[in-house]
Amino acid sequence: MLMKWDGDLMPYSQLIEKMLAGDKRACARLISAVENDPDAAEKIMRQIHPYTGKAHIVGITGPPGAGKSTLTDKIVKKLIKEGKKVGVIAVDPTSPYSGGSILGDRIRMQDLALSPEVFIRSMGTRGHLGGLSKHTRNALKVLDAAGYDYIIIETVGVGQSEVDIVKVADTVVMVMVPGLGDDIQSIKAGIMEIGDIFAINKSDLFGADRTALEVNMMLDLNPDTDRRPPVVKVVAVKNEGIDDLIKEIKDHLSYLKESGKLEERRKNNIKEDLVELIEEELRKIVLTRTEDKNRLDDEVIEIYNKNKNAYEVRDDLMRRLSW
Amino acid sequence: MNRPIRVLIAKPGLDGHDRGAKVIARALRDAGMEVIYTGLRQTPEQIVAAAVQEDVDVVGMSLLSGAHNYLFPKVVELLREQGVNDVLILGGGIIPEEDIPGLKEAGIDEIFTPGTPISKMIEFIKNNLKR
Repeated sequence: MLMKWDGDLMPYSQLIEKMLAGDKRACARLISAVENDPDAAEKIMRQIHPYTGKAHIVGITGPPGAGKSTLTDKIVKKLIKEGKKVGVIAVDPTSPYSGGSILGDRIRMQDLALSPEVFIRSMGTRGHLGGLSKHTRNALKVLDAAGYDYIIIETVGVGQSEVDIVKVADTVVMVMVPGLGDDIQSIKAGIMEIGDIFAINKSDLFGADRTALEVNMMLDLNPDTDRRPPVVKVVAVKNEGIDDLIKEIKDHLSYLKESGKLEERRKNNIKEDLVELIEEELRKIVLTRTEDKNRLDDEVIEIYNKNKNAYEVRDDLMRRLSW
Repeated sequence: MNRPIRVLIAKPGLDGHDRGAKVIARALRDAGMEVIYTGLRQTPEQIVAAAVQEDVDVVGMSLLSGAHNYLFPKVVELLREQGVNDVLILGGGIIPEEDIPGLKEAGIDEIFTPGTPISKMIEFIKNNLKR
């Protein structure tokens, strides 16, 4: 399988070699390939799998305007000062109407563009719900193989139920800001349950103490006494509280390792990944082996006219598959 | 092509006016493109680093300060240094007519001056992609 490179065609294996040697352009091209072409994604993933699993994957999530990008910028700056290499994937929403998007997270990370230790990639959700793009997982594997010590995934601005980040990150930082509602919001199901660390950003604003208190009260109700997520007050634009936050991020990884939960969490994620792959393949098999292309449409009419129901059509189609 | 066209919209140099850049970014979004907007006061080095990492098809620069004869060619030069030869490079803003031939010679593929209909720019991008 070949890919265009400087006007010529280059095999993926060569591109992967360049990427492993630290070539950012090769890394960027590989991410484009996994984002745009399922066949390319498969070939690349097969080859880079042995190199993955080394990075600490940190998710930064929270409502729109909470300061996720600014916080990411500050965290990355501190980490590179420690000599770490950091990859960032920043996801913004794709328009359901035009398919286009404005990917604006780099605006808050301008100084990082030139750091040799940093790689930033923006992604549109391209129709995927859940706060990430369908291809985020594969893109982060490319960065993992490229040798970044930390990979920070910034989700789209989330509402109440975009919890995909928990399926890809080792550590989820939930960014909250004052003024978004009363304490009932903090006991609802969904995003409030997935934070491993809560960062109260803009904590110089009125109401920040109250927000921190409400989150703390919510966390005190958790039955799981194994580990209580910490609540850290930060002011990202003023670079305040970032050291505390980074300490908590590192402590969380140590906790995961010592308790065996890192392995458990990653195995769960692999399993979900695998089930998804199998589902996709089965779907392809079923739909391509449904010999007549109009067959499905005909069955839809049958169901619509109440001559059949969806379950008997399913059973009928499945029976026709020869395994 | 069954993938969205990726465009970097950049504001090089010391120029604080980005309304035009935002209008363009929005119009390209509505034309189905993925637009990476990097904000104000970018150095050519920052623009090129972003273009490489984001693997864009198009780099569009907006400049109203008069420094286009230095900054636009500098971006082209740095892209070439990185071996990037397959990106469409566009410029826009207050660019005097007499500067346009020199900029094109320096490797800017097209210059769009005030009053250009946005549809014309979208057409140009779609018809002139280099990959």
